Amino acid sequence: MAVSFLDFEQPIAELEAKLEELAHVTTDKAVNIEEEMVRLRAKSRQLTRSIFANLTPWQITQLARHPQRPYALDYIAALCTDFQELHGDRMYSDDLAIIGGPARLEGRSVMLIGHQKGRDTKERVRRNYGMPKPEGYRKALRLMKMAEKFGMPVITMIDTPGAYPGVGSEERNQSEAIARNLFEMASLAVPIVSAVIGEGGSGGALAIGVCDRLLMLQYSTYSVISPEGCASILWKSADKKEVAAEALNLTADRLNDLGLVDEVLKEPLGGAHRDPPAIAHALGEALQRHLLELEALSSEDLLAKREARLAGFGVFAESMT
Amino acid sequence: MTWFEKIVPSRIKTERRSRSVPEGLWIKCPACDAVLYRAELERNLNVCPKCTHHMRIGARARLQSFLDAEAQSELGALVEPLDPLKFKDSKRYKDRLAQAQKATGEADALVVLAGKLHGEALVACAFEFQFLGGSMGSVVGERFRRAVVHCIENRCPLVCFSATGGARMQEALLSLMQMAKTSAALARLARARLPFISVMTDPTTGGVSASLAMLGDLNVAEPRALIGFAGPRVIQQTVRETLPEGFQRSEFLLEHGALDLIIDRRDMRDRLATVLRLLQKRPPLAAA
Repeated sequence: MAVSFLDFEQPIAELEAKLEELAHVTTDKAVNIEEEMVRLRAKSRQLTRSIFANLTPWQITQLARHPQRPYALDYIAALCTDFQELHGDRMYSDDLAIIGGPARLEGRSVMLIGHQKGRDTKERVRRNYGMPKPEGYRKALRLMKMAEKFGMPVITMIDTPGAYPGVGSEERNQSEAIARNLFEMASLAVPIVSAVIGEGGSGGALAIGVCDRLLMLQYSTYSVISPEGCASILWKSADKKEVAAEALNLTADRLNDLGLVDEVLKEPLGGAHRDPPAIAHALGEALQRHLLELEALSSEDLLAKREARLAGFGVFAESMT
Repeated sequence: MTWFEKIVPSRIKTERRSRSVPEGLWIKCPACDAVLYRAELERNLNVCPKCTHHMRIGARARLQSFLDAEAQSELGALVEPLDPLKFKDSKRYKDRLAQAQKATGEADALVVLAGKLHGEALVACAFEFQFLGGSMGSVVGERFRRAVVHCIENRCPLVCFSATGGARMQEALLSLMQMAKTSAALARLARARLPFISVMTDPTTGGVSASLAMLGDLNVAEPRALIGFAGPRVIQQTVRETLPEGFQRSEFLLEHGALDLIIDRRDMRDRLATVLRLLQKRPPLAAA
């Protein structure tokens, strides 16, 4: 599949288009074309490197939402065997914006849960653009409880613009569904590792993101509100999304500096979608490493550490007077 | 402007206006338009005596009206906000904080008091909506956590009155994490088998409704309060259809199974004391 380029990648796109053209040229001066292509490829890599060395938070937000970015099911297919996708919350319906089920990772049984966006328009609609309704969160909780019962670690993959704001969501108590997950995940007696693989959109992301270890891909984001939403509330104009993205400190590197992330996984040149096997390999390696550390802890130690981690969130002063 | 208004000197117009609504003495009920005497309204806990509309009430006034007068002590009062991200939109977060502190007299948007309710010890906390929309940042999360710790150490229940727009954007992901922090604290309280009653007042939305406010053993609301995850405007923009009458009001939530009870503010003390005595196996209120 041809790579689709974002607005700030246009110079790279032009070079790549030229390369594509050359590949289809058939003349007897094939040797010269070969040389030219090698030169252009090197130039394209060089250009990509220089553009990606100075990405703004808004550009990273665009990458996190890239339509070709690997999604949860792509990582599961690359990293796991025997994945059995399980469906439904047993109460209302099956929400396709969240997927999950048991699988094998490096030999052990794990429970995988993730947001899932669609690849084409039809699938995007079916998966509601990765925006879960209460039944999605309740399905996730059901699977987490199953994991706890059978002593399987939980791996969650976060990639959502946010929980879906609709009439039905409110009628079925979206707030409670999210809150219940936060409450239950705080004391779920198995290791939980969460990876933000794309967009970490607010409460809708956190609802499967309370964890012992938080990983973020280099060009993923995690924020209390989308840059557009923040801009329209605080700046009274959605056009200020770039400034808002800057102010929100939503990139993996900034959040890592704030001590909110355990590990940032470097992405291939040009982003995860330019080399999906490479990023899947990096994620698999990191998951294995963190799981081994967490599995070495007793259940009491694991929960005590998680409790201390959650209690320690926040930056405030304490005056003496 | 009519021809008549044009010829009347402006001085006369302003005098007439200022005489008709003396500042602060009278208040117009936003629901039924009744003109109410402020002192009488306050005696009635800011509930309109004509139509029982529950007007918003400040955190301190709320807690004073709820707790017994004696033996109150504030928890976490020394925990104060910082601006770790140096956040700036049209104004600096620092300046917004200073302004909110001056306007409300509070250091942040949650007030926590340990005290008594009809003689039984408990901790009660309340959101101050006038403080940056009652938004939850690091200080709100930490004060709430300390409220829970105090309850566990003293074996007493927790009551929280929410009035909030949700997480505080100016603290970005730190404020999102307060949802996890407060919910984790409530999980501890639950393990200690101590009651938590969440009282949702107008409005309770966003990150607070999607964490501590929906995690009560009892989820209670005041009449006609706006309660929801997303605000009505956001939903309207998403679904592009007219929202049903009464959507996201207390009565709507009760009907959809999201609430245990709707309680009139003037009955809150007695009703919560009664139910807490049942949960804690204490003698009935009348016998106490």
